[in-house]
Amino acid sequence: MELTPQHITQENTHLTAKDFATNQDVRWCPGCGDYAILNAIQKTLPEIGKNREDIVFVSGIGCSSRFPYYVETYGFHSIHGRAPAIATGVKLANPKLSVWQVTGDGDALAIGGNHFIHALRRNIDINILLFNNEIYGLTKGQFSPTSKTGIVTKSSPQGTVDRAFNPGNLAMGASATFFARVVDVEPKKMVEVFIEAEKHRGTSLVEILQNCVIFNDKAFANVTDKDGKLENQLWVKQGEKMIFGNQNNKGLRLNGLKLEVVTIGENGITENDILIHDANCVESTLHNMLINLSAPEFPVVFGIIRSVVAPTFNDGIWNQLNEEKPKAKFKSVNELLNSGVTWEI
Amino acid sequence: MSKISEELDRVVIKFAGDSGDGMQLTGDQFSNTTAFVGNDLSTFPDYPAEIRAPQGTIAGVSGFKIQFGNTTIFSPGDKVDVLVAMNPAALKANTEWIKDRGTIIVDSDSFKAKDFEKAGYSSNPLEDGTFDGYKIIQAPITKLSKDSVDSFNIENKFKTRSKNMFALGMIYWLFNRPLEITENFLQNKFKNKPELAKANIASLKAGYNFALTLELLPSTYTIKAADLPKGKYRSITGNTAAAWGLLAAAEKSGLQLFLGTYPITPASDILHELSKHKGFDVISLQAEDEIAGICSAIGAAFAGCLAVTTTSGPGLALKGEAIGLAIMTELPIVIVDVQRGGPSTGLPTKTEQSDLMQAVYGRNGESPAIVIAASTPSNCYDFAFMASKLAIEHMTPVILLTDGFIANGAEPWKIKETSSLPSITPNKVNVLNKEEWKPYLRKSDTLSRAWAVPGTEGFEHRIGGLEKQENSGNVSYDPKNHERMVQVRAEKVKRVANFIPNLEVKGAEKGDLLIVGWGGTFGSLFTAFHEVYKQHSTVAYAHFNYINPLPKNTAEVFACYKTILVCELNLGQFVKILRSELPQFNYFSFNKVQGLPFTTAELATEFNKYL
Repeated sequence: MELTPQHITQENTHLTAKDFATNQDVRWCPGCGDYAILNAIQKTLPEIGKNREDIVFVSGIGCSSRFPYYVETYGFHSIHGRAPAIATGVKLANPKLSVWQVTGDGDALAIGGNHFIHALRRNIDINILLFNNEIYGLTKGQFSPTSKTGIVTKSSPQGTVDRAFNPGNLAMGASATFFARVVDVEPKKMVEVFIEAEKHRGTSLVEILQNCVIFNDKAFANVTDKDGKLENQLWVKQGEKMIFGNQNNKGLRLNGLKLEVVTIGENGITENDILIHDANCVESTLHNMLINLSAPEFPVVFGIIRSVVAPTFNDGIWNQLNEEKPKAKFKSVNELLNSGVTWEI
Repeated sequence: MSKISEELDRVVIKFAGDSGDGMQLTGDQFSNTTAFVGNDLSTFPDYPAEIRAPQGTIAGVSGFKIQFGNTTIFSPGDKVDVLVAMNPAALKANTEWIKDRGTIIVDSDSFKAKDFEKAGYSSNPLEDGTFDGYKIIQAPITKLSKDSVDSFNIENKFKTRSKNMFALGMIYWLFNRPLEITENFLQNKFKNKPELAKANIASLKAGYNFALTLELLPSTYTIKAADLPKGKYRSITGNTAAAWGLLAAAEKSGLQLFLGTYPITPASDILHELSKHKGFDVISLQAEDEIAGICSAIGAAFAGCLAVTTTSGPGLALKGEAIGLAIMTELPIVIVDVQRGGPSTGLPTKTEQSDLMQAVYGRNGESPAIVIAASTPSNCYDFAFMASKLAIEHMTPVILLTDGFIANGAEPWKIKETSSLPSITPNKVNVLNKEEWKPYLRKSDTLSRAWAVPGTEGFEHRIGGLEKQENSGNVSYDPKNHERMVQVRAEKVKRVANFIPNLEVKGAEKGDLLIVGWGGTFGSLFTAFHEVYKQHSTVAYAHFNYINPLPKNTAEVFACYKTILVCELNLGQFVKILRSELPQFNYFSFNKVQGLPFTTAELATEFNKYL
């Protein structure tokens, strides 16, 4: 069983982003964050070493789930919440395919919550792009499982009393082996993370903070606007210190069992005090803590937060098939039919 | 002691005991041996939903009924000639099912005061006149079986567990059966625990010898071999047959078999069977729920597999939306619904035919699916194969209905090798026609679209649950196009009638009464028809395996009879379909919804009302 990241060969270097655009008109609202994600994917696909016919996009229902219609690969726009199950069927049937699931916060975390956690639990080798805009767009503006408590929407005129899911937190509870967070206004970083998601063997979950201009505009403004961007975004990199801020002088440090923000050069703090990111650490406590940080008290953590090696479900299933085949008792169905207790009349 | 043996044509036996007493295994063994000696047979395992209901209570009674004989046997029979009752509850639960003057064999060790109480008797029913006129044989089965295994080096708890083998041994003597099949079975089952094998065999032999030595039993009975068509036979249950039919379809079509499913009674045995066959490259996924079961199958179908999901009524309800997706995306999947008593959780271990409406109509939108039904344990093989063939060649979902009765029931099956099955030709895209190809271009005869599987260069395309523009498959909200596509999908399923056999009629070609049935009631309906036909040559019987669409000659057949009587184990679902599809005929119906199969007697009585 191979546990190393998938090797990318450049056999399809002739392909460009344009080759992954379809002839269909893209029908998201003007200004929707989905456009940037689509562009990033069309830039990613020529880099993953796969031909168009070997890539499959599977989606459920919601604004984000229209995605497959706009990518010139094989695609399946399915039913609400069920894309992880359909993607699992596709990947098991043909493990050579690069399978991408596109989903939203309602599709993945409300109606499809069960399939979402079980895909992660099994570690089927697919890439899940979770467009999190903290709202229901296609049904025109109801709150979602990731909406902040108190949000006033059409279905919550007095404000919600629901507590919100943090998708990464839920994923960690389901034993996710790869979790990354990006934001729709950072196209280059999206491409970098998407490529790493494809390389990872197992379920790669990428949460994309995505702005809904119509129903939940500026939901992530505190981390994306000019002031907030540097002050409230911490991009983690494997083996590097967790440093951020306008002056690039803030960092995260462990204080007992809690994370705290410290400033380098103040109160005797030096760079040596700052935590070094290790996405490959199997022990998940620190990853969980990073996932749960929120602004303004803390930065929101972006980049590949967790990427650990574990056997994939598709390898497990296919290894069993390959092991059993040479030992098979029956070479044909006729041999099976004639096996056991039989008698002649 | 000289052995008197009386010859009989057919016999019905029931083994009944606590659900932990091993009655199903005992029944299976008796069936295998009985098939081996050349009798025809039909079985009916009948067990509670609880794995271990309170010991000694009626709720915990597990039974296994078998009819066997020297002629072709189509049903497990109505009342029993011999009841083996391991406790008073087993006796009480079956009282009304014992023939007058029938034989009752009881374990006298479990007929103590506290045992009567648990079963709800106030006194010993064997002594208070309840069973006067019956042949009652009281044997201390628990004690004698324990004595017979006492010398073996096995744990104490196993020493009382071989009493079912003791009872089986007695029955083997009574019906002149050999012990070898069961001895071989036990040796194989306890391969790694040889002492347990020996102990069970000792108990089996002790039962046999006990019956032989004591004059408790007046005589033995001989049932000559049945005059069945020549060939090689084996015993098979409906669930195993369905699994093997799917394997045969995968082999014939050259496709990999994918099963995405969730365990549910009484369908789980298909999952168990297919999970064994990784040697045939079967991918079996035990999914997180019913919906994931079918959705993974739809994904696998998209990727080019023969994709299957198995379920029972409540699961079919959960799969409804996904079946609609497969109809819309025109992907081939097989949905096997092993029907049970409903609604809701209903009677999980009991049989019923009440999912028919759900199978034919139970989805949102205009969503026609092919619906077919198996009618005997062994022809689950043929219809699972046929379901696969129709799904693949017509590129649409097929629902195969079986039921708890035929799924768990066993019968001898003349082995049907794959060479005698028709071919299956997947409608894969032609790589040479890349330029002309469109995702929803159709074949002229079946109206099926071509199957373009991921990995095939030049055929990249997108499908989904949104309405499609005709031919191109692009999303379309055009009103006229929608109506056109709804009609095309309906016509596609309708045209399946050109590819299925005509309805066959048994009995009179024209006449007074046409008995109509469908699915798993074949055995009881045919047996009852056969009895009535002996007296009335104007009776006929037609059994439907193809429900949607109906066979093309259905109206032609119906027109030949004065009265049409539709018999089914529900409140009249098939008759409703017939009334809407063929409203020119007048239909009568006979229905039963007790979680039990029809009895021959009740059917014959009903038929005679119309003659």
